[in-house]
Amino acid sequence: METQPIIQTTGLTKLYDRQTAVDHLDFQVVEGEIFGFLGPNGAGKTTTLLMLLGLSRPTEGGALVCGLDPERRAMEVKRIVGYLPENVGFYGDMDAIQSLRYIADLNAIPRSEEDDRIHEAVKLVGLSEDDHKKVSAFSRGMKQRLGIAEVLLKNPKVMFLDEPTLGLDPDGAVRLIELIQSLNREKRMTVLLSSHHLQQVQKISHRVGIMIKGKMVAQGSIDDLAREKFGVGEEKFTLEEIYMKYFQEV
Amino acid sequence: MSGVGAVYRKELSDNFSSFRFVMLFALIAMVSFIISYMAGVSLKENLEGVAKPKFVFLMLFNTKGALFSLVDFVAVFGPLIGLVLGFDAINGERAHGTLVKLVSQPIYRDAVINGKFLAGATTITILVVSIVLVISGFGLTLIGVVPGVEEILRLAIYVGISIFYISFWLGLSILFSIVFRSVATSFLASVALWIFLSFFVSLGASVLANSIAPVEKKEGAEPETIVTNSEIKEEASLLSPMFIYSSATATIVDPMRKTTRSLVLMGPMEQLSSSRFQNPLSLGQSLVVVYPQLVALIAISLICFAVSYWIFMMQEIRT
Repeated sequence: METQPIIQTTGLTKLYDRQTAVDHLDFQVVEGEIFGFLGPNGAGKTTTLLMLLGLSRPTEGGALVCGLDPERRAMEVKRIVGYLPENVGFYGDMDAIQSLRYIADLNAIPRSEEDDRIHEAVKLVGLSEDDHKKVSAFSRGMKQRLGIAEVLLKNPKVMFLDEPTLGLDPDGAVRLIELIQSLNREKRMTVLLSSHHLQQVQKISHRVGIMIKGKMVAQGSIDDLAREKFGVGEEKFTLEEIYMKYFQEV
Repeated sequence: MSGVGAVYRKELSDNFSSFRFVMLFALIAMVSFIISYMAGVSLKENLEGVAKPKFVFLMLFNTKGALFSLVDFVAVFGPLIGLVLGFDAINGERAHGTLVKLVSQPIYRDAVINGKFLAGATTITILVVSIVLVISGFGLTLIGVVPGVEEILRLAIYVGISIFYISFWLGLSILFSIVFRSVATSFLASVALWIFLSFFVSLGASVLANSIAPVEKKEGAEPETIVTNSEIKEEASLLSPMFIYSSATATIVDPMRKTTRSLVLMGPMEQLSSSRFQNPLSLGQSLVVVYPQLVALIAISLICFAVSYWIFMMQEIRT
């Protein structure tokens, strides 16, 4: 695996009305890896993702995504980064194909490629049979898959997935996680994954970062973190135990 | 302007397939039919025996039938079209969780409001043009008078002003949909503002005028006071876009209209003599008369759009 950082933040800080949402964040994501972005609700994960996309302006510090500064070159960053927001919404009166077509249109994908790419994305996420159903009739799991299809459509270098497994049943969550893993393996896509399903994250992440109260309290492979906290390797402790240990210390 | 086209196409197709729009359109088409019918019938009666009536065709649009003319109708209810098309433009997307997805695509953020505004303005254009065409066609068969070149020009200008006027309300409701997070709040706020600007401002204007320069009802009122009173009323009414629109279109569609209303009380002989020389204003002169109103209308639309633009660009989009 290459070890070139594809995302790098230096002292990234965001203040809201004198409240610190993100506090001098320094972390790196390496090209081709799945980075598990963990932390309790309200830790500042979404704010961080928005700043990496150039949708929110950092108060201090900065970031580089594929060597681009999202604050200045938001358009280029948004072209190569696919973002699946938490609780992503859809236009209920469109079907899956229409939704994807709108995204393709927004991404200025040429007409000649449009159909092929839409069908490829639909097939990858396993929605081929339901592609002409109205999105309002979709289950939550199907909606998340459609959301990932929308992200895949633009062939991103990096995917930001914000709580993609939230509210899914255990089976749906496992299947989604497996889908993310296969995308990472087959398409060599870098994934920044935030999730509370620690067990699944542990299964597929190459490295994780734990963010609490706007600070990155730990980052590295799960093995490293376990060693750091307990003095023994990963096989003895689950990510959940490591996470709780960090959480209690803060 | 990357992305405007995509947003525009989607919003336009949404506008035409949405149920509320179909209902609104049906209502407005029905009312215009009734108005033109009433105007046509009363025109027939009124023009019987008149030697050389001028601008008969335009009278279809400015004759008050039993209730009001089309021009009045658009002045009062046209804003509703704009409001209905725009009140949930941004906060609706926010509520559905689609806004953040939209702005995380490689488009400029302003493409979202530009596309939505242009799609709304296109819809309004199609609406206004088709209503005027329906009335024209209906009126042609009803009164049997073919419009002259000047009448067609005047109608075209009227259509243009109306589109600007309704688009102003569209811009205003988009502004509210940016400012207010809840769809219901933004709808209520825009309707409230519509009622205030359209109905209460004219009321308030006469109250203001009467308190500053009271005019005694009977006799003995100084001509200066009457003039001041009327000036104050006029100036205060300028706050209302409906007033601006009405005075702009009235002169365009009704060339016989006198710009100085019966301000100074006239005796019966004076009235008789002035009506003997009643001649229509030429198109150029009509435009000169309404020029300030036109500029004001365009200015408030632009200001409104600029404010929404500014707020939207500054806003933090998280959901």
